[in-house]
Amino acid sequence: MTTQQEVPTPASPFHGNVGPIVNEVVHALDKLLETDIPTTIDLASLPFGPGELEYLEATLGTGELSAELDALGTSRIRETAYPGVWWLEHRNAHDEVVGRYLEITRTPEILSSQDADIVVGRARLGDQIK
Amino acid sequence: MKKRPTVGEILQAKGVSRRGFLKYCATTASILALPPSMIPRIAEAIENARRPSVIWLSFQECTGCTESLTRSAAPTVEGLIFDAISLDYHHTLQAAAGEQAEAARHAAMEENKGEYLVLVDGSIPLANKGYSTIAGMSNVDMLEETVAGAKAVVAIGSCAAFGGIPGADPNPTGAVSVMDLVTDKPVINVPGCPPIPMVMTAVLTQFLTFGTLPDLDKHGRPMAFYGTTIHDRCYRRPFYEQGKFAETFDDEGAKAGWCLYKLGCKGPITYNACATTKWNNGTSFPIEAGHPCLGCSEPGFWDMGGFYEPLSTGKFDSGERLAGAAAAGVALGVAAAAAGRRKQSKFAKEG
Repeated sequence: MTTQQEVPTPASPFHGNVGPIVNEVVHALDKLLETDIPTTIDLASLPFGPGELEYLEATLGTGELSAELDALGTSRIRETAYPGVWWLEHRNAHDEVVGRYLEITRTPEILSSQDADIVVGRARLGDQIK
Repeated sequence: MKKRPTVGEILQAKGVSRRGFLKYCATTASILALPPSMIPRIAEAIENARRPSVIWLSFQECTGCTESLTRSAAPTVEGLIFDAISLDYHHTLQAAAGEQAEAARHAAMEENKGEYLVLVDGSIPLANKGYSTIAGMSNVDMLEETVAGAKAVVAIGSCAAFGGIPGADPNPTGAVSVMDLVTDKPVINVPGCPPIPMVMTAVLTQFLTFGTLPDLDKHGRPMAFYGTTIHDRCYRRPFYEQGKFAETFDDEGAKAGWCLYKLGCKGPITYNACATTKWNNGTSFPIEAGHPCLGCSEPGFWDMGGFYEPLSTGKFDSGERLAGAAAAGVALGVAAAAAGRRKQSKFAKEG
């Protein structure tokens, strides 16, 4: 099980706003492992000084899997170097960031094929073979 | 009343996938400052929501609030305006002019009686009705006529919410705020000069999503965005706690990004979301650019003394709230307050 000791809290060279978030991620990983309940951290609601968001991103690193979603603008979904910790960035049609989240989960919900889309897709495929 | 399409129907007609819709809901939750766990409920509510009619009235204003809104990167604000709400009247954005424009306002009022939202930017002059008119109608008359059948009124910007610049001393036009005149309908104040675009869209989105109006503070501002001070969420707050302050705009402290309290920052008594929501697509906010918060979302901020005088000089606000700010800053804040008083004495001697 992941513990706080295994993920070092970075000594932020900036304003000290990154460390608490990394601690929150550690706690969220514990919760995921113990209760299977995912956590989403909305980074837009937290204070960041210049460079701190980039520092957080660099601290969490890049893992094995990344995906790009093209729906109402581009979204980038990337597992960080810490399994179960995902970095999500939503952009609008003008390529402006409209949401930035950390999801502590096994698979972000947005990666799953959705029933409503499957129904529409199945109908389209059915039409093709008529 | 015409049956307006639901947002779900609009998105489906546009070929937006469920994934796209979930993304829209996630950013909506963020805008409404709701926990991400609310996303499924938001998705359900949005799918079934019908486009509300919105009438936007512009009175004694500079159009900065509209400029701010139309530059919002919030979830497709252009989509919010053109798809999710029915913006039936807005001087700056509508194509119609003159009698046609006024006819559109009356038609929207008639068709959506009791259900439409009225957004107002700018204050209303009472000293002489002729100071500001639209299509020959005074601002106060247009406000009264339009609000009569509205569900609620949203005062956009500090002018509409509190009087703003037009209401500043000596207030030559006798400018008043929306809430000074509208007392029989809910009035939501979204102050700021201008307000944060995301906050404006959030109020509309909540109404669109849940058909409800947000919880408000004592000044009628949505708690979700005006519930904490700039200081509470400021990334420079740790420096305040450490007693590290910029003394001038070009000293080493300023260059190192230290706290701007001594340079007149009004963050400790200003309730707004700039420190987290930020401006220009999340690029920065005034303090991050090296300038103290002016307190533009607080009532009467123009008449509260110099922008560069520390709070501790006691001009900006009541002692009660300053005491709260000082308590939050503990001993170091007190030290800064003492320094501020010394500076005030210096001003007095020099003055």
